[in-house]
Amino acid sequence: MSQRLRVNPITCEAHGMCAELLPERISLDDWGYPIVDQEPLPPELLDHARRAAQACPTFALLLARPRERVS
Amino acid sequence: MSEETLLIDSPAAWESEAGDPFQPHGTLPRLLAGIPAQGAMGLDEHLAVHGDVPAYPRRRGRRAGESPLIEQIAQAGLRGHGGAGFPTATKLRAVADSRKRAILVVNASEGEPASLKDRTLMQTLPHLVLDGAQLAAQAVGADELIVCVCESAEASVEHTALALAERRGLPGDTTHTHLSAVPGHYVAGQESALVNHCNGGPAIPTFTPPMVFQQGVRRRPTLVANAETLAHVALIARHGPEWFRQLGTPSQPGSALVTLSGAVANPGVYEIEHGASLHSLIDAAGGALGDPRALLVGGYGGSWIAGHLLRGVALSDEHLAPHAASLGAGVVLLLSADACPVAETARVTRWLADQSAGQCGPCVHGLDSIAASVQEIAGGLAQANATQRIARLAALVRRRGACGHPDGVARMVTSALDAFAPELADHARHGPCEDCARPAQLPLPGRGHTSGTSPELVSLR
Repeated sequence: MSQRLRVNPITCEAHGMCAELLPERISLDDWGYPIVDQEPLPPELLDHARRAAQACPTFALLLARPRERVS
Repeated sequence: MSEETLLIDSPAAWESEAGDPFQPHGTLPRLLAGIPAQGAMGLDEHLAVHGDVPAYPRRRGRRAGESPLIEQIAQAGLRGHGGAGFPTATKLRAVADSRKRAILVVNASEGEPASLKDRTLMQTLPHLVLDGAQLAAQAVGADELIVCVCESAEASVEHTALALAERRGLPGDTTHTHLSAVPGHYVAGQESALVNHCNGGPAIPTFTPPMVFQQGVRRRPTLVANAETLAHVALIARHGPEWFRQLGTPSQPGSALVTLSGAVANPGVYEIEHGASLHSLIDAAGGALGDPRALLVGGYGGSWIAGHLLRGVALSDEHLAPHAASLGAGVVLLLSADACPVAETARVTRWLADQSAGQCGPCVHGLDSIAASVQEIAGGLAQANATQRIARLAALVRRRGACGHPDGVARMVTSALDAFAPELADHARHGPCEDCARPAQLPLPGRGHTSGTSPELVSLR
């Protein structure tokens, strides 16, 4: 099952760890908040993505399965 | 816009623009049929105008099969009238498919300053909305109804309470019914914010998932439906999808309530057929006061269209798409010829930035930066490339909040860059114009952002 990265923008406090650990998919905006590539993660990045999610001090980076949007 | 300026009109049927002359056309008004000159339409009169509430089987359990009403709504092609335009049947199905007993939240919170349609419905025709709520509750298997009305609309809150009391014992009435007054700030009506409010929290958005149709009020599957959308449900249930489709366009059937304001003789809430020309709406409102400088359509998170492009504009999403606009929550605001669009846009953008719930970094910082840049242009204090900076910031905040607030602001500001390019360039170079000093035309309520307010649940059962 392909997984995607998501940020909880409410809990994110712009620590910036995720962009350090996964620069392939995450950059920072003008204020230090992550801009995340929402495309499915290729297998070779999965471990790095998991590490980045675990390193987030506020647990704001999430690995999510694609889900149908209903509303 | 004060409550006193509210004028409700229900113009007779406007001819369909592109309709086949041999096709039987429905007539207007639909929702506004029999609307009283003042006060609310009582239950007896309401049933005399529209007929009894039809009996549809109440959904009991997952295996019972889908309610025929949901199929009717799907065939009618009804989409939500709260702003997002999501297909109503899809939303109903998502809630009906859940295992737990659902809750229905009627959304008449209407935090949009230029919109009065939902408070008007609750104030004058509450039973039409409550019919739709009752029917939708049956269709999704909800036994609890929470009617959320903006606390600033006192007459709407009062008339809704009276109507709910009047309906007690009506066949098919929902078991548990509450009325809740919602704070008036802009994001309060967002789906997750309303659920947060009903759960005793502040009326500010939450992170999803879980989506409210999975876990909403008291962790139960929750259908949040706009008041006008439910009023359409009440009529589809009575007359069927073919009747519904006699008005409107194939991709956007039916009628819509619009709040027409600004430079027109008789501003107010009007019912139009989707696809009706802007011209016909303005005519029904007694004509425009001079040549409008621009049109703001959809809402404050909607789109500006420059005045010279208004000829031939029709009010449906497909007709508005070439202008990068949509009908949204039905806001149709004509900016008068003597208003400064740059000053108006700067004020509204600042107001919207201040309406951020303050939860998401890109919204807090991004909207503030956008508003500051527009204000700098309006004051002639902008650095070179200020409009490019605004366009870049607008693209940067899109889809990066817990709710769609930053997206709406980005959309409105981007449309202003397009519609008011010459005026923005002039202000950037020469500073404020003569019209800048005029009082604001776009209403900016002094509704502060209230957090931590617990809902006043008025239990009626």
